Amino acid sequence: MDGWWGCYNTVLIADKQQKKSRIHDPGEVSVWFRKCSSVQNQRFTETLVKMPGADKETDLSERIESFLSELKRCGSGAGSLRGSAETARETTALLRRITAQARWSNAGDLMEIIRKEGRRMTAAQPSETTVGNMVRRVLKIIREEYARSRGSTEEADQQESLHKLLTSGGSSEDNFRQHFAHLKANIIEAINELLTELEGTTDNISMQALEHIHSNEVIMTIGRSRTVEAFLKDAARKRKFHVMVAECAPFCQGHEMATSLSKEDIETTVIPDAAIFAVMSRVNKVIIGTQTVLANGGLRAVNGTHTLALAAKHHSTPLIVCAPMFKLSPQFPNEEDTFHKFVSPHEVLPFTEGEILSKVNAHCPLFDYVPPELITLFISNIGGNAPSYIYRLMSELYHPEDHEL
Amino acid sequence: KKQHKKNKKDDRGPPEKEKEKEKASVLAPSKPATQSPAHKGTASKYVPLRSDYGYKVSLFSHLHQYSRKNPPTQQISIPATVIHPSIVRLGLQYSQGIIAGSNARSVALLHAFKQVIQDYSTPPNEELSRDLVNKLSPYISFLSQCRPLSASMGNAIKYIKKEISNIPSQCKEEEAKRRLQECIDSYINEKIILASEAISKYAIEKISDGDVILVYGCSSLVNHILCEAFEKQRKFRVIVVDSRPRLEGREALRRLVKKGIRCTYVLISALSYILPEVSKVFLGAHALLANGYVMSRVGTSQIALVAKAYNVPVLVCCETYKFCERVQTDSFESNELDDPDDLIVTRNGKTHLENWQTVKSLGLLNLVYDVTPPDFVDLVITDLGMIPCTSVPVVLRVKNVDQ
Repeated sequence: MDGWWGCYNTVLIADKQQKKSRIHDPGEVSVWFRKCSSVQNQRFTETLVKMPGADKETDLSERIESFLSELKRCGSGAGSLRGSAETARETTALLRRITAQARWSNAGDLMEIIRKEGRRMTAAQPSETTVGNMVRRVLKIIREEYARSRGSTEEADQQESLHKLLTSGGSSEDNFRQHFAHLKANIIEAINELLTELEGTTDNISMQALEHIHSNEVIMTIGRSRTVEAFLKDAARKRKFHVMVAECAPFCQGHEMATSLSKEDIETTVIPDAAIFAVMSRVNKVIIGTQTVLANGGLRAVNGTHTLALAAKHHSTPLIVCAPMFKLSPQFPNEEDTFHKFVSPHEVLPFTEGEILSKVNAHCPLFDYVPPELITLFISNIGGNAPSYIYRLMSELYHPEDHEL
Repeated sequence: KKQHKKNKKDDRGPPEKEKEKEKASVLAPSKPATQSPAHKGTASKYVPLRSDYGYKVSLFSHLHQYSRKNPPTQQISIPATVIHPSIVRLGLQYSQGIIAGSNARSVALLHAFKQVIQDYSTPPNEELSRDLVNKLSPYISFLSQCRPLSASMGNAIKYIKKEISNIPSQCKEEEAKRRLQECIDSYINEKIILASEAISKYAIEKISDGDVILVYGCSSLVNHILCEAFEKQRKFRVIVVDSRPRLEGREALRRLVKKGIRCTYVLISALSYILPEVSKVFLGAHALLANGYVMSRVGTSQIALVAKAYNVPVLVCCETYKFCERVQTDSFESNELDDPDDLIVTRNGKTHLENWQTVKSLGLLNLVYDVTPPDFVDLVITDLGMIPCTSVPVVLRVKNVDQ
């Protein structure tokens, strides 16, 4: 009867009488406690102290707050402090904790809670779209599990949506108000599956490398993408090719990428951004990573990518984007003001240029929009797709009602 | 006869080919080497070879790559009787980048030649017209080793050699020298200074009030045009695009801001962001090739490409003395490689590329020029008028007929 089991909050109650061995709602557990005597408590493998609800919630909200403050902090210049895969994983783990620890009795409540927290998280760092994507995935998981518990099959669901399209009436069932006993367990299991999928994305993408790279190729890339790095390193085990890395000023992430690739004995050349068009005529393929894949198949990628895409189109060089599925976001590229993110202009014009600084506007945007016509292929953890297919993948991952959190 | 050091890299053309190269005003040695010191021409036997630096990317192994930290004069000693000291100084200024930009380099070259002609005295039993030309050859090969010659310099050298050869033999030495100096002065005046006035006049017609003009790097001609337009009370603002590693745009920025023009400054990777605001693009050129391609600072072709995608007109400003008879279709055959160490940068205390020489498979590429296809360029403004890119060979023919 000591300690607060913080991590999973799975209370395994091995009890002769009750023979329950699954997760219990914390509210139920505290009721159960009052019933049992202290003798039976010794048999608990992991114990749960009878806490008033406030402490649990404060711990949960503490974790949410710390996650939010980390999100806010990591939005500075040179990419995020951690990669988007990590952000996705942490978001999903946090959502799993919310599912497990928060007070809810039916799916509708849970979805409200997650939506609320999701809105706060996306507001903390709007440019980090993986957070919102993971929230929407979890909401879709909840809907699916609810539907499964109710007994309706998946095909019926799809037929329903088509039917809904035609009849344009009928609210979404019964607002998820029914209570199911095993819903929590199922949801958490499904979230665990999502986490395993997230962990395997980079490997799944790099496994496809040998299908796309032949020998003696010249491949161009820009900046630093961990996905592309793993992709190229995997192909280098069996093929010999040459990589040109555009350094992507002002942060010059390309330098790090080049040193890491050259350590694996891949012939690498670092070129300045200005030389992209000049050398493009000798490049066979362009392989890039991206920050977000938008709903129309376009990209929001590091700045300089649009120039690279235009140069590739001019020379009819294929442009391949390596992006895991968690980067697919249901947003469209809207006005310029909401799309761009800027950092301090001193990266571009440093303070040492003192006298002219006050009379000059300097801009340092981080992202570029690449329209889908310039992209040849998307390689993701579920395989290769054309940009025209992205809308279909999106409908499989997210529910249309969740597009606006 | 001076003994040459054992050759370090084997892709230098023999000096006879260099002389032909100068006559054809080709930028950089483009023929593979057949190296043996015994075949060196007498003119260049005193000019030592400068060694290449660092690992060269395989696509560019036919070009030279020198390090700025090793000036050519430190590696070898050049006796003053062979190369005139003002030429040595000029060569060092070129190799260290103190004089940069094709107009500045040509003018500096012509002034140095004026000094040389001033100090020249005809040896007995020699004719000035032939001997002076021979004296100039080692100077030119020295300069091309400090930094490969530009097209404008090549044309200027052709002009001078032609003028020297046209000196009648009965002309006295003082008279000949005076005439040559006048020729050089008039060349600078007509082809460079007056030409830029004429180009400004045409270009200012193209600038309207409320324009947003994009310029790239530091072109003396484009800066002159903008300053003139500002003095003529045109209302416009300028966006200066710059690129690593040279960061020449900051120099242009300083000049424009001093004049009082409203400026914005971005790096070339932010081009897609800034282009929707732009109404015109003004670019300078290093040379105009006979097939209509524009050879200019690396990055120019990229700007023209993206401007075309956004339907923004691209205007190239170029004096006619930079037109050259070479043809080229991409940026590989004839280019210049700058010091690769310039790409190294320290950010947040970390220098990733510090030991790039030790890593076998890592190379740095620092190109200086690139060629822009003529379909990206809408108009070329020259001192003869405003012509399309494809009319360059017409102008060359007219010039040849004149001469």
